[in-house]
Amino acid sequence: MSVGKIFKFHDDLDTDQIIASQYLLLPSIDEMKGHAFESLDPEFPKKVKSGDYVVGGENFGCGSSREQAPGVLKALGVQAVVAKSFARIFYRNAINIGLPVIVCKELPDQVETGDEMELSLTDGTATAGGSTYPCTKLPPYMQKILSQGGLIASLNKEEV
Amino acid sequence: MGMTIAEKIIARAAGVEEVKAGDIHTVTLDRMMSNDGTTHLTVDMYHNKLKNPRIADPGKMVFIVDHNVPSDNPKTAASQKKMRDFAREHGIDFWEGKGVCHQIMMEHYVCPGELIFGADSHTCTYGALGAFGTGVGCTDLLYGMVTGTSWVLVPETVKFNLTGRLPEGVYPRDLMLTIIGEIGASGVSYQVMEFCGDGAGTLSVNDRMVLCNLAVEAGAKTAIFEADQTALDWLAARGRKPAAVFKSDEDAVYEREYTFDLSKIQPVAARPDFVDDVVPAKEVCGVHIDEAFLGSCNNGRIEELRVGAAILKGRKVADHVRFLVVPASQQVYLQALDEGLIRVFMESGAIVMNPNCSVCWGSCQGVIGENEVLISTGTRNFKGRAGHPSSKVYLGSAATVAASAVKGEICTADML
Repeated sequence: MSVGKIFKFHDDLDTDQIIASQYLLLPSIDEMKGHAFESLDPEFPKKVKSGDYVVGGENFGCGSSREQAPGVLKALGVQAVVAKSFARIFYRNAINIGLPVIVCKELPDQVETGDEMELSLTDGTATAGGSTYPCTKLPPYMQKILSQGGLIASLNKEEV
Repeated sequence: MGMTIAEKIIARAAGVEEVKAGDIHTVTLDRMMSNDGTTHLTVDMYHNKLKNPRIADPGKMVFIVDHNVPSDNPKTAASQKKMRDFAREHGIDFWEGKGVCHQIMMEHYVCPGELIFGADSHTCTYGALGAFGTGVGCTDLLYGMVTGTSWVLVPETVKFNLTGRLPEGVYPRDLMLTIIGEIGASGVSYQVMEFCGDGAGTLSVNDRMVLCNLAVEAGAKTAIFEADQTALDWLAARGRKPAAVFKSDEDAVYEREYTFDLSKIQPVAARPDFVDDVVPAKEVCGVHIDEAFLGSCNNGRIEELRVGAAILKGRKVADHVRFLVVPASQQVYLQALDEGLIRVFMESGAIVMNPNCSVCWGSCQGVIGENEVLISTGTRNFKGRAGHPSSKVYLGSAATVAASAVKGEICTADML
């Protein structure tokens, strides 16, 4: 994956922070995405560029099952989310919509917002600040869903 | 090798003899629930993304409008109309304004032994009846709706052995918040919380719902109780029969075990902005509040309304406090009417609202403003969860919330 800028967030970052409840019933993800991370950094949707990365700590994406959370990140062009660990529903939702979610224990503590990072899904590594960190590879079942572009794309491929 | 209740439910749904933690299985889902938080997106994907749109079995689907009901603006109304029209067109059971989705599911659908997906994180509530309910996003829900199946990574099970009885004035909500405070917001991430032991047997189905409902706040995939006689009697009283009644085997494998002595539990509160920041309620007494909320899928049933009304009877809500009372369903509301509880609340100065998710999810009536403080029986206290990003939410039991509404600051019921 290409080099992108990091936006870093704290441990136990919940999906309410990614997209607040008051925007969830808007008609589409496109109408919601301008409110991503509004409670923490209202300028985030303007600052983030296609190909950038979100980096989190432990238990990233905890709380609500709102698929709008990975949805707005993907719609804003976020290339992947890298965290020390993920909450399970966010993790599954991200894979289902084709947004790579990568577990990397060491990198999050070594980077700050604004740093540049490069991710290699094939090598299972993340590189930032001249150092390369190992990432946990996805189980093959989930990797297959992701590489087909998400769960619905993978379903459509199976249908004749 | 022995299996836990959760493993047996997955094995049944997968049509295999045995499963073990870490396996991935394709399962046939018994039911799927979706609410107005995401269904408009599911319907859009159904129409726009599928090569071969179809519904495997509409009889397994339940759509419930509960989050923003009645709708608060034209865009919400449009999203809900999309959901309503789709349900009617496809013969899907549809509920609107009748209650919070998990309360409706428990009152009318959930049966022991079932594997249920809900497009809502608190679907883990259904473990109170020995069902495996788990929260998913709208893509998983859509896939399940189309194929009738899904994939499940068999989770490890963690045993929570409960002993003793809760003391007077201490509630299952205090117990569950205590557990979450101890194990942390990711304490049982990807795992199943199985509640068992003599103490579990003392808990009613409502109490069990309170515990299971909050399991996701500790990261759990679900939580579960064995469907014992208490559960089966509750089910029979509602005219339903179990799909299957499972017990964990003697030699079932648990990832680890905890023991909680219920008699040692005391009133607690979770401080803003994390559900696992749990302290004795006494430590936050004196915090000025602007609003109090008694309701939600966690704590809006008749049992909690009785606790709240007993405290409010003959007392007044503090002048500067809005006290929202929101029964979890119309069944609960009607029972509260019959028992005279609604009159008690209204005479005390409370605002009694229609059954809905209310301020627990921060996008309906009752949201709080800049720097305001809410004490709540809701599910979460995340930053901005109840309204403005600078506002604060404390979580406590129905007793603590009702007492705080009277005093105008956080206090426990024994301090009135």
